[in-house]
Amino acid sequence: MRIGDAKQNYEADEAILSSSTQKIWFALFLLALLIFPFMADSYLMYLGCLVGIAVISTTGLNILTGFTGLISLGQAGFMGVGGYTVAWLSMNTGLPFPVTLLLAGLLAAAVGILVGLPSLRVKGLYLAIATLAASVFLHFIFAEWESVTGGMGGLSLEPAHLFGLTFQTDFAMYFIIVPLAVLMVLAAKNVFRTRIGRAFIAIRDRDISAEILGINLLHYKLMSFALSSFYAGVAGGLFAYFFRVVTPESFPLSMSIFYLAAVIVGGMGNLLGGILGAAFMTLIPEVLQLLTAALTPFYPNAPIFMSPMLEIIFGALIVGFLIFEPHGLAEIWHRIRRFFSLWPFRN
Amino acid sequence: MDWLFFGEISLAGLAMGGLYALIGLGFVIIYKATRVINFAIGEIMMFAAYLFLTFAGGMEMSPWIALPLAVLGGSILGGVIEKTMIRPMLGESSISVVMVTIGIASILVGLVELLWGADPQLLPGFLPRKPVFIGEMYLAPKIAYGFLIGAALLIVYLLYFRFSRGGVALRATASDQAAAYSMGINVRRVFNLSWVFGSLAASLAGVLVAATGGLSPQFGAIGLSVLVVVIVGGLDSIVGALVAGIFIGWLETVAGAYLGGEYRMPATFAVLAVILIFRPYGLFGTHEIERV
Repeated sequence: MRIGDAKQNYEADEAILSSSTQKIWFALFLLALLIFPFMADSYLMYLGCLVGIAVISTTGLNILTGFTGLISLGQAGFMGVGGYTVAWLSMNTGLPFPVTLLLAGLLAAAVGILVGLPSLRVKGLYLAIATLAASVFLHFIFAEWESVTGGMGGLSLEPAHLFGLTFQTDFAMYFIIVPLAVLMVLAAKNVFRTRIGRAFIAIRDRDISAEILGINLLHYKLMSFALSSFYAGVAGGLFAYFFRVVTPESFPLSMSIFYLAAVIVGGMGNLLGGILGAAFMTLIPEVLQLLTAALTPFYPNAPIFMSPMLEIIFGALIVGFLIFEPHGLAEIWHRIRRFFSLWPFRN
Repeated sequence: MDWLFFGEISLAGLAMGGLYALIGLGFVIIYKATRVINFAIGEIMMFAAYLFLTFAGGMEMSPWIALPLAVLGGSILGGVIEKTMIRPMLGESSISVVMVTIGIASILVGLVELLWGADPQLLPGFLPRKPVFIGEMYLAPKIAYGFLIGAALLIVYLLYFRFSRGGVALRATASDQAAAYSMGINVRRVFNLSWVFGSLAASLAGVLVAATGGLSPQFGAIGLSVLVVVIVGGLDSIVGALVAGIFIGWLETVAGAYLGGEYRMPATFAVLAVILIFRPYGLFGTHEIERV
């Protein structure tokens, strides 16, 4: 809370950007996102797109796990549903990308509702395992339903197109992925200013109490599942357009764990945390790669150790954050911000 | 239908199921005492199997010395994990603790790749090679003797928990932690010991499974099958782990033989889904009543 920042009415209290400083910073941030593709080389472009996709998917999982308290190991499966929907539609119908992405999200949401059905009866870890079962089934369908999914070979697809424009390069994809990511994060932020979002949070804090307060548990849990998998579906669709090929191995179980880790490292139940976590977790392998490249002249064996080191760092980050900083990167961010806004005082 | 073939497949499946039961027991011991779902159990098994590989293969010890050493190593690993990474999470939400075990699994996979390389390896054979026949039915000797060793440990465990002082302490902690505290049971020690004993069972099973099927850093995926076993049996039920372990092992092998390898996981997870919908606390688990 800032000093001398008394709100006069509810509207001001509810605003996403509450002070002019915040508005300026946000505008600068958007401007930076807009300028970025014109300054960056192709490698940074590629990373920017990857981070954008990860942000959408992590935000989706954050809605379900961070805000509603339903842990899911099925995120990669839902992304797969989105990816395959986009691939199939682009091969068989040639619809423009806004339509295919919307359909991908909706189909993933439908699958999400189906997977969420057991959440009425089971919760916590049992639910996690139910979603794990769902992801096993989805993987099986991707691999075996050859007439639609192309089996183990997967599907390759045409570049995204709209009104005769094709989005072939990373540079072009950036202008689909990043605006969509910004839009979807803002949409999520707005959900949590309505009854629906507050119901999610109430369910997370104590589901039985929430039910006594008149929140229909099944209804809202399924809604959370649907919303979360909609995000995953769109992210999966973008993933398909970006790499232009989907196979069953594009969406492994380790990807679900990756997104859970991103939510945890970023900060559960915090949208900013989701963004930070997604960017952080996506960039770590790249940083490690740079490090390895720098070390190779001195230690020729360095590249061999990269993939195991990545596994170790990945695990250590999950464990370390949970033990030492359970609120994640978002909390670190807030601490830094508080330091500057209170300076020269300590607290 | 070829009944002899079905019998042989079933037998192999039941023997595999015996090993699943042993791993499931390790899982249930940890869950009963500490309420932690251990997603890293497959990786602990893998670690012990790699230790065996080093002792028996690299250092050329007799397998019968290497086996206890590897199992000991796996149990110590379990104890260390509990002390350093699970203990600080006491009182945190179960989701966080599960995520810690997932993180540990990832660390172990990385460590194994770093120390032993990513290529698949074969364990030196140490079980008798003479084919085993039960009636007409042939059973691969590795599987048969693996089952016997596993069953022996299983019986020791069941007796230990029934009659020994430590076993009683563990059961007391499982049924009521606060009461156990006030009766002077060292609950922290029980927590630690449950991880040691759980990892011990898993480690032995790990060496035996790796001896039949080979070893690679992906070996830990077997943990997923074990997860199915303990959910179907009931997370806090030893009997459940035994029954479900044998059943899931049988189902997996039969589904693999008749429908093809790609059906193994979906078949067992279908059972899991049915159980979750109709009996979420498992076949033998305790049905918890929740109050606000």
